[in-house]
Amino acid sequence: MPERTAQAPPAVARRTDVELAAQAQQEQRRRGLLHGPATRIGGLWLLLALAVVACALSIAVGTRSIGLGTVWQALTDPGFTGDDAVVIRELRIPRTLLGILVGLSLGVAGALMQGHTRNPLGDPGLLGVAAGASAAVVGAIFLLGITTPSGYVWFAFAGALLGSVAVFAIGSSGRGGATPVSLALAGSAISALLYALVRAVLVSDQQTLDSFRFWVVGSLSGRDATIAWQVLPFIAVGLLLAMVNAPALNLLGLGEDVARGLGQHVLLARVVGITSITLLTGAATAACGPIGFVGLVVPHIARAVTGPDHRWLVPYSGLLGVVLLLVADVVGRVVVRPGELQVGIVLALVGAPFFIALVRRRKLSAL
Amino acid sequence: MSTTITTRGPGVRTDRRRVVRIGPVSGVVRTRQLLLPVVALVALVLVSAVSLGRGDYPIGLADVLRTLVGIGDPTQQFVVTQLRAPRIVVGVLVGLALGLSGALIQTFARNPLASPDTLGINAGASAAAVAVIVVGGGTSGAAQLLGGLGLPVAALVGGLLTALLIFGLAWRKGVDGYRLVLVGVGLSSVGFAAVDWLITRSTITDAAAATVWLTGSLNARTWDQAWPLGLVLVVLVPVALACSRQLGVLQFGEDTARALGVRVGAAQAVVVLVAVALAAVSVAAAGPIQFVALVVPQVAVRLAGGSRPPLLASALLGAVLVVGSDLLARTVLPVALPVGIVTAVVGAPYLLWLLVRGRRALS
Repeated sequence: MPERTAQAPPAVARRTDVELAAQAQQEQRRRGLLHGPATRIGGLWLLLALAVVACALSIAVGTRSIGLGTVWQALTDPGFTGDDAVVIRELRIPRTLLGILVGLSLGVAGALMQGHTRNPLGDPGLLGVAAGASAAVVGAIFLLGITTPSGYVWFAFAGALLGSVAVFAIGSSGRGGATPVSLALAGSAISALLYALVRAVLVSDQQTLDSFRFWVVGSLSGRDATIAWQVLPFIAVGLLLAMVNAPALNLLGLGEDVARGLGQHVLLARVVGITSITLLTGAATAACGPIGFVGLVVPHIARAVTGPDHRWLVPYSGLLGVVLLLVADVVGRVVVRPGELQVGIVLALVGAPFFIALVRRRKLSAL
Repeated sequence: MSTTITTRGPGVRTDRRRVVRIGPVSGVVRTRQLLLPVVALVALVLVSAVSLGRGDYPIGLADVLRTLVGIGDPTQQFVVTQLRAPRIVVGVLVGLALGLSGALIQTFARNPLASPDTLGINAGASAAAVAVIVVGGGTSGAAQLLGGLGLPVAALVGGLLTALLIFGLAWRKGVDGYRLVLVGVGLSSVGFAAVDWLITRSTITDAAAATVWLTGSLNARTWDQAWPLGLVLVVLVPVALACSRQLGVLQFGEDTARALGVRVGAAQAVVVLVAVALAAVSVAAAGPIQFVALVVPQVAVRLAGGSRPPLLASALLGAVLVVGSDLLARTVLPVALPVGIVTAVVGAPYLLWLLVRGRRALS
């Protein structure tokens, strides 16, 4: 090789170098930061470790700070009692558990949603889930006078399911079937319709607004332990379907015709994916209210690391979702002591600058 | 002089196209694209005329015409020229601005989900306006300053600042549509989080006032709001329409556009800035009326055919939607709801119907 470089005119050699560098950079962007199964599994372990640290923080930090030693004691020693033990077992652990479930669901649902719509704005809320849940919760407050988070759960979940089914039914009924664009448009139309109904009630009834404004922010606080167990089965099924759906998404990313040619049942893949998104987002929204930012942003961050392969993207998004949600929740407990900032607000305030920096720093790998 | 060509490729269904040749000049005449703005304009005039006469105090069409030329009965004169006319004019202008702005942004970003909301105008304007409502009543220096600013100015400044910030953050040797939209999404979520936070911290009365503003309303609009809005539109609408050709070329992607002789950076900057300014003045005048900028261009492109939202037709249809919704809100509904609710209730089913009937998928 050295002889060849010597023979080539320097100008040409320089240009080739530049071109090669540009090509390598492009390739790097397309494939993400980590490639090769070994590094990616390593990254997954790293994320898992981060998630464990976030859990520990979430149990230890709060209005009442508890040392990590005490946390460990409360977790391992059933005989340990006292105020700290009560706080940890009755408040912090259920809350952390809920955070894990919700972060996991929203991250995974976001990755699936962006894969199915092939749209960087594909937020899980786009399927009408958040709008359906909001409408149902407003209905529950306005008509039935229910005002506790645990009372909202099943209304929110039913509303989320109905919203999603309506979007899918309308989005897939046109001539082209369930194309990404028709789904996204049906989703935004039905969401707008439902939000209009919500606003109509809120504008005319202050009492409903008074309860609803605290639900709609999205928060992990004030949720008792039963809520996590109530939504757990739905999230479990949703995660399972998501793992099944991930390889199919890689094929669908090539375009529906190519995917069909390669033997993928396109409608089946869509139905599985959308069922999974609905279960995950519906359960998360039912438990905590609409938390918007995670599903939208986490997949972009994950894609920068893994590239567009959904078999990696889905687990990475899930774990990143957990880390992001728990850290945001902890930050929310600390910044305005003794009060609390709801996790939905912290996520936007902390997550957005980070996200913008990421968008600016590197060209995100496209969908 | 004219021939009809029908193209039918495998799996492709193309409309009949009428080709007109006059001497050496020839072009395709797309009847629907030419007809749609005319139909929309006629509809707009009709809806506005009906809207002038209808309300809690109905006035006959003859009397409306008489007041317009200044020979009506004084009460009617007052109702028509001081109460209803400014409201309708603001509605028309806001609708024009939103429809046009949405069409520009969706064409620029090549994304049917993009709208001025995506560029943070609504988020910034809402955060500023809700801050004025919630904090502006206080006694501290900052509160006084906010209160003194007034709602429309605060909204305008908030919206423009946010949009410029997004534009600046997304600028790296030019604006990439994808990056602009993503930065917009990020910064918008900050704005809306601030809105939610302010609303949870406020008294319930302030929260209710903020909710009404956030819905978008034409209540109690006067000529004071109509004039500045009209002036801005007189400047910006021709600029936007003049961009039409560049927008068409930009659709093919930046490289192709550059090769075809479009100054890409300049064209993109003009398009985005015009769209942002249009959306910002409309938010300042009527609050963030939902859905118009998002849906009207999609409805227009489905009605007119073609590969991108038609600018003029989108603007006119936007105006029809806003004024028509306001008319419905004032006359048919039992409670006077803000117009922002009705635009969604009227517009959404129509878009859904178009989707279900779906002549073809548009992407």
